Amino acid sequence: MTTDTLLSVKNLAITFSTSKGPVHAVRGVSFDLGRERLGIVGESGSGKSQTGRAILGLTAANGKITADQMQFHDLDLRNLSKRDWRKVRGARISMIMQDPKYSLNPVMTIGDQIIEAYREHHKVNAIEAKRRALDMLAAVKIRDPERVFNSYPHEVSGGMGQRVMIAMMLIPDPEILIADEPTSALDVTVQLQVMAILDDLVRERGMALVFISHDLHLVSSFCDRVLVMYQGHVVEEIRASELDQAKHPYTQGLLNCLPKMDGNHAELPVLTREASWAET
Amino acid sequence: MTAMIEITKLNAWFDDNHVLKDIDISIPANGSFGLVGESGSGKSTVLRTITGLVDDWEGNIVVNNKELTKKRDKTFYRLAQMVFQDPFGSLHPRHTIDRILTEPVNIHKLGNSDARVVEALKQVGLDNSFRFRYPHQLSGGQRQRVAIARALILEPKILLLDEPTSALDVSIQAEVLNLLTRLRNDLGLTYIMVSHDLAVVAHMCDDIAIMNHGRIVERATAGQLADGKLENPYSQQLFKAAGGYDRAVIDSFVDWD
Amino acid sequence: MNITSNAAKPGLKQWLTSDTPQSRWQAKCGRAWLGWLKFTENRLAMIGLSIVLALILVTIFAPLLAPYDPLAADLTNRIQSPSAEHWFGTDQLGRDILSRLIYGAQYTLMIVALVVITAAPVGLLVGTAAGFFGGWIDATLMRITDIFLAFPKLILALAFVSALGPGIENAVLAIALTAWPPYARIARAETITVRKSDYIEAARLQGVSNMGLILGHITPMCISSLVVRVTLDMAGMILIAAGLGFLGLGAQPPMPEWGAMVSEGRQFLLEQWWVSTVPGLAIFIVSLGFNLLGDGLRDVLDPRGGD
Repeated sequence: MTTDTLLSVKNLAITFSTSKGPVHAVRGVSFDLGRERLGIVGESGSGKSQTGRAILGLTAANGKITADQMQFHDLDLRNLSKRDWRKVRGARISMIMQDPKYSLNPVMTIGDQIIEAYREHHKVNAIEAKRRALDMLAAVKIRDPERVFNSYPHEVSGGMGQRVMIAMMLIPDPEILIADEPTSALDVTVQLQVMAILDDLVRERGMALVFISHDLHLVSSFCDRVLVMYQGHVVEEIRASELDQAKHPYTQGLLNCLPKMDGNHAELPVLTREASWAET
Repeated sequence: MTAMIEITKLNAWFDDNHVLKDIDISIPANGSFGLVGESGSGKSTVLRTITGLVDDWEGNIVVNNKELTKKRDKTFYRLAQMVFQDPFGSLHPRHTIDRILTEPVNIHKLGNSDARVVEALKQVGLDNSFRFRYPHQLSGGQRQRVAIARALILEPKILLLDEPTSALDVSIQAEVLNLLTRLRNDLGLTYIMVSHDLAVVAHMCDDIAIMNHGRIVERATAGQLADGKLENPYSQQLFKAAGGYDRAVIDSFVDWD
Repeated sequence: MNITSNAAKPGLKQWLTSDTPQSRWQAKCGRAWLGWLKFTENRLAMIGLSIVLALILVTIFAPLLAPYDPLAADLTNRIQSPSAEHWFGTDQLGRDILSRLIYGAQYTLMIVALVVITAAPVGLLVGTAAGFFGGWIDATLMRITDIFLAFPKLILALAFVSALGPGIENAVLAIALTAWPPYARIARAETITVRKSDYIEAARLQGVSNMGLILGHITPMCISSLVVRVTLDMAGMILIAAGLGFLGLGAQPPMPEWGAMVSEGRQFLLEQWWVSTVPGLAIFIVSLGFNLLGDGLRDVLDPRGGD
């Protein structure tokens, strides 16, 4: 483990007990996270979101986590108490969810919510907190921070709402930011703009970013490194720039089955899944 | 060849919002027309106006040489059917697949419903074991196939596709797009496909229109789109955005509010 | 015998839980089976169900179960305390309270059943129509509903019975008239949440008529919350029926209706407590049974909870 490594996960497995028997959502996932942009890509049910949630201790109550290692600096995340989790979650590891509409409190102004998030972890007075909140809104490139500060979540657009979420999550200066499909509910151009903001903030603050998405193409153009997940396994880990040399048939299949803008109406190659992919 | 769908000067309103502005579209029989735009561009409203789900509209809509009035009758629904975006929301949660497919056959008194249901399922690549399941026992892709089967069971000439694959995984999207292409060839269907994804529309459609704020801002053929030959700055921006994350490109983006 | 039943059991279970049912019937049974499994997990609900089943059985087999004729007066045996001969004692006319209780069950059940089959469909129809059509239909139907909701149920029922005249049929009618408005409200609320959904619009595009949409597509989505609410209300209906009986406006003597029995015994309450208390307990237990059953059904049927 190099000194740059913030988080080291080894052989992570998550099993949910359901009425139809145990469901293995994640199996044998290992990765080290440094100050970089790591993409986790997979289709629905691949376990990508569960991996992200496990890092934050947000696995649902019927889920059981086992791992050989889940080391965050000197903290062993495997057996943190609820109390210790509260010190880590939000302050040192943060998460942005998919839809800001459901993550923001509808009856509180955006400003109050940011201030609340800030004062949770910093003992400052109201004026200082407000100044920090406005700074943060400006940092996520909101043109009129005062107006947004005094708005309610329903009064802003989806893209704006997601910027607010980012502002809120970044205000305690976390070391790791987990973004679970943070832009997939947004229009393409807005999506890219939000990602650019995320990119800037992560670079400036030297944060690690875990970007979870179903969009292999988008993730590879944005991240440094990509983990491709299939049925709970990491089937391939690859540098984003070398995606075209992907070796695993699943990764290749995912890339090939995307429609291309070449004016060709021929059949798209279809992914044929093999049982062996879910075994390794 | 006469047009299967001919729309001229179509305007529509939601309360006081003018959501469609002077839309002109002409689609030949067995043609495939794509409407691309971001949320709020009015692309889905075009489909909903054709099917009669929007009341407040003006202009001419001629389908199969017959001008549409404000009220749609049963014969119209046998001519044109729609496939919705969300396969989890467009199938009744308490009806079995069998009931979902049988109901339209009975309403239109086509008869022989058993054979028709089996045939419709076969057309979309589902075997008979799916027939008596409930939607929640199916995956997203299978549900969307059922939704397509439901649209096809009335033997329409036109399919209106409202983002039919945007809620699906990419590998499933490829299967559904292939299915739609095959059905158009086999059954001689005419498509209007709405999507936010330029690549999907470029793959599926011959003619494409790009919409913004209720207006068609640019028209192109699939070939022109492939070469990136777009003139309108808004559509150029949309085209660039489809290329993935590129910092320089993003910084050049303009808001089109 | 044993072997065949053991062999049939896994087969039946597989048939029920199959992910690929072969017929409409199997699909329905499978769904019901899953609901039943969930229901049986709730022990209180099972207790409620047993109470309600017991009530039904007692009603059916009343002539076999009752040791005496519920109407036969025996003035020499007035107000006997509970004994081996009369488990719950006798009342002021010397009638066996246990027998009256057993025969009284059928009135309770009848009142509940009649109210349910009249009030629930009316409420469902009014609510779905209001929610589905909206506009002035909604406004008119809902204002009428509001008028009914503005009065306390018992007061309104009293007013109706006084106008119609005392008697058990009129009591049923009065309770039904006061019971439908909450169902209309629930049905309307459910209808509004589903009427704009894609599957309703998809059905509309298939040519389904408004009537077909309401009956075939919207009603199934309302029915589960309604069933829950109706079951929970049954306790209230029993209480109102008992209240009307108590006030002499419901069942007329010598009918062994539980509320009337409580009323008749109240003059002896201090010395001969059992005359009033035993039918009172019966009312309590049956109400509790319906409430527990309703709670259990909510867990199984509530569309927000499942699937």
